[in-house]
Amino acid sequence: MSAMSPSRRRVLVYAPLAVAGAAGLGFWAMLRGLQDGSFNPRGVPSALIGRAPPDFALPEVEGAGLPAFAASDLRGTGRPVLVNFWASWCVPCIIEHPQLMALHREGVPVLGVNYKDRPADARTFLGRHGNPFARLGADQPGRVAIEWGVYGVPESYVIGRDGLVKWRWAGPITAEMMPELRRLLA
Amino acid sequence: MIPELGHFALILALMLALAQSVLPLWGAQARDARLMESGPPLALAQMVAVGAAFAALLWAFVTNDTTVSNVVANSHSAKPMIFKLSGAWGNHEGSMVLWVLVLALCSAAVAGFGRDLPSALRARVLAVLGMISTGFLLFILATSNPFDRVWPPPLDGQGLNPLLQDIGLALHPPLLYLGYVGYAVTFAFAVAALIEGRVDAAWGRWVRPWSLAAWSFLTLGIGLGSWWAYYELGWGGYWFWDPVENASLLPWLAGTALLHSAVVVEKREALKIWTVLLALLAFALSLLGTFLVRSGVLNSVHAFASDPARGVFILVLLGIYIAGAFALFAFRAPAMAPQGVFAPVSREGGIVLNNLLLCSLCAVVLVGTLYPLFLDLLAGRMISVGPPFFNLATLPLALPLAMAMAAGPLLAWKRAALWPVIQRLWWAAALALLAFLLAMFLAGAPVMPALGFAIGLWLIAGAATDILDRSGLGRTGIGNALRRAGGLPRAAWGAAIAHAGVGVTVLGIAGMGMATEKLIALTPGASTEFAGYEWRLEGVRDFQGANYTARRATVTVLRDGRTVQVMEPSKRFFPIGRTTTTETAIRTNGLRDLYAVLGEERDGADGRREAVLRLHYNLLAPFLWIGSLIMALGGGLSLTDRRMRVAAPARRAAAQGAPA
Repeated sequence: MSAMSPSRRRVLVYAPLAVAGAAGLGFWAMLRGLQDGSFNPRGVPSALIGRAPPDFALPEVEGAGLPAFAASDLRGTGRPVLVNFWASWCVPCIIEHPQLMALHREGVPVLGVNYKDRPADARTFLGRHGNPFARLGADQPGRVAIEWGVYGVPESYVIGRDGLVKWRWAGPITAEMMPELRRLLA
Repeated sequence: MIPELGHFALILALMLALAQSVLPLWGAQARDARLMESGPPLALAQMVAVGAAFAALLWAFVTNDTTVSNVVANSHSAKPMIFKLSGAWGNHEGSMVLWVLVLALCSAAVAGFGRDLPSALRARVLAVLGMISTGFLLFILATSNPFDRVWPPPLDGQGLNPLLQDIGLALHPPLLYLGYVGYAVTFAFAVAALIEGRVDAAWGRWVRPWSLAAWSFLTLGIGLGSWWAYYELGWGGYWFWDPVENASLLPWLAGTALLHSAVVVEKREALKIWTVLLALLAFALSLLGTFLVRSGVLNSVHAFASDPARGVFILVLLGIYIAGAFALFAFRAPAMAPQGVFAPVSREGGIVLNNLLLCSLCAVVLVGTLYPLFLDLLAGRMISVGPPFFNLATLPLALPLAMAMAAGPLLAWKRAALWPVIQRLWWAAALALLAFLLAMFLAGAPVMPALGFAIGLWLIAGAATDILDRSGLGRTGIGNALRRAGGLPRAAWGAAIAHAGVGVTVLGIAGMGMATEKLIALTPGASTEFAGYEWRLEGVRDFQGANYTARRATVTVLRDGRTVQVMEPSKRFFPIGRTTTTETAIRTNGLRDLYAVLGEERDGADGRREAVLRLHYNLLAPFLWIGSLIMALGGGLSLTDRRMRVAAPARRAAAQGAPA
C-alpha cells in the first residue's frame, strides 16, 4: 500500500463509494420493479400467462349466499375479471381486503376461490370485512389451486376479455398496486 | 395500555437517539466539553427506553394480547412459553426492536466502559451510533410498528411458523444481531477516526475488542443457524449457500479480515486506511444483509414477509450510512499517512495475505449472491447460482488461506524468515500428508475429503506448534515450558484456539463430504442394511404434542444383532397454520451422526402400510459446530487478555489531546 503513487491512491479511495453507489442504484431499480410487478424474485413466472386457465368447477361456500364458480364463468364476460385465492386464516388477505372491496365498488367482477377454509370461518370473515366477491367457490381440498400453480394465499390473476390469463400476483394486493391493476382491468 | 407504553418508549428512544447523534458531535467539533459529556447519559437513557419498549413487546406476547396485530400474526395461546417469548423476535417488527435494543446496549457499553477514550473520540463514536439508532427507530415507527392494534380482536393468534418453534432458532437471531451490531460499533469508531483524520494505536486497541466480540457472536450465530438447518430442515445438509446464509457470511469474512488487520494497527500503526475500510465494509455488509432479508428482493426460506415500501426505507437508510461513510473515506483517507514499514515476509505481510484472501472470498460470495438479482434486473433472465459455483469458486481461495493460516502466527513482526517457520511446521506437514494418504488409500475417501482431513490436521497441528514454540518446549525443561505456556498472553492462546477451531470445522466439512444416505420404504418389522448397521422399523404411532399432532416412527439400529440406538423420527402437524414439519432423529457419538427422517406413509405392494425413511450416515458432522464453538471460545479468551483491560496507550493519546 505504501508503495502506491498518491494519484492512484486518490482514485482508489473512491472505489468503495462507486461500487456502493452502483449497487444502490441496482437495488433501487429492483424495488421499483417489485412495486410495478416487472421484477419478481419469487422466481417461476406463472406458466399460465397467455393461456386459458385450467378447467374446473367449484362448489359454493355453504351459507355464503354467493353463486358458485366454474371455468366457464371466466369466458365471455365481455370484460376482464380478477380471480382471487384467499382464506380466512391468512393474515395478508386482511391486508389486501380493502383493495378488493374498492375494486368491487368500482364494478370490477372479483371472483373468489376460498382456499382450504371452513365455510363458517369464511362467512365470518366476509361478514366482518365485507364481501367483494361476485362469485365464490370453495376449494377445500386445494386441487384447483394446485392446477393453477398457486404459490400461496393470497394470490390473484387477471383474466382478459379473451379468457386468457393476463397477469398473476403472488402476495397481497397493496394500495400502491391499484393504478396498475385498474389499467389491467379496464 | 402496555403496548401504548411500549410505543411511547420507542418514540422517546427516537428523541434521545436524535439528541445523541447531534449534541456530542457538535460538542466535539466546537470543543465544548459539556456538550461532549452529554453523550454517555443520552446513550444510557436511550438504552432504558428501548429496553422498556422491548419489555412491553415481550409482555404482549407472554399475555397473548390479541389486540396487538403482531401477536395475532405470530403467536397463539397454545404455544409453549419459551416460543411465545422467542416469537417476539421471530418476526420482522419484533426483530427490528431487538436489533435496536442490542445497538442501544452497545452504545451504553461504549459510554460506560469508554472512560479511557479521548473524550472527542468517544463523543463522535456515540454520535455515529446515535445516528444509526435514529434511522432504525424511524424505520420501526414509520413502517413496522410492532405495537399496532387490531379491532375487533380475534379470539386467538395465527401461531408462529412451526419451523421457527425451536430452541436453536430462539437463540440464533439475538446472537447474529450481537455480531452485526458489534460491527456498528467498529463502524462508528472508523467514522469517528475519519472525522478526526487520525488513526493510532489507541484506536486499534479499542476497535480490536469490539471486532473480536462481534466476530465471536457472529461465529456462534452462524454455527447455530447451520446446526438448526441440519436438524430441523431434515435435508441432511448443513450449509446451502442460501442468499440469507451468505448475507451472514459476508460480514463474517470482512470481520475476520478486520480482526487481524486491527492487530497490525494496534501493534505497528500500519495498514490504517485498510483497517478503516474493513471496519466500514463489515458493517456495510451487515446492513446489506438486513436489506436483502427484509426488502423482498430475494427469494429465500429465510425472507421475512416482504414489503417494497420497507425496502425503499432501508435502502435510503443504507444510502445515507454507507455512501456517507464511503464518501467521508474518499475525502479523508488520502490524508492518513501510513507509518509502520514492514518486509513482505513478516507477521504484517502474513496478515496482508490473510486480508487479501478473505476479501477475495468475500467478493466471490457477494458476486454469487447478487449476480442472479442483477441478471434478472438487467437481462430479465432467471438463473440460480447454487452450491456448485460457490464450492468451485471458494476452494482455490480457501486452500491457500488455510495453508498460510498455520504459518502466519509463527512469523515475527516487521521482518521474518520463512525457512525457520517451515522447519518448525515440518511435523504438521508430515501429519497432514499421512492423513491424506491414509484417507485416500486406506479409507478410500475421494480426493476432496482427503484433502480436507489433511488441512484440518495441518491447522490444528499448526496452532499447537505456535503454543509449543512460544512456551519453549524442547529448548527448556517440561516444567518450565508448562509454566511459560500458562504465562502466555491470553490473546496468543485465543488465536491458537480459534485457528484450531477452524481446523476442527474443516475436519467436519471433510467428513460430511463422505456422508452417505439411503431412501427406503419399510413395512413395520422389516429392516435394511445401511452404513454397516441394520436399521429396523418397529412401527409408526400417533403422538399428541402441546400444539401439534404427530406420526412418530420407531427405528432400532443394530450392529451384529445388538441394539446400538433407538431412533424416533416424526412428522408434526400443526393445526394452527396447517403446516407439517419433519422432526429428524439424530444420534451422535461425537464422531458420526446417525440421522433418520420419516417421509410419507403409503400402501405398499402387498397392501400393508409402509413408511418411507431417509437414512443418513454423517461422518464427523458434530465437528462442524464444535469447531465454530471453539472458534468463538478462542475469540472470547482473547477478549480477556490483559492488554484489553489495561488501556495504557489510550491515556497517552488523551494526553496528547485530540486535534479535530
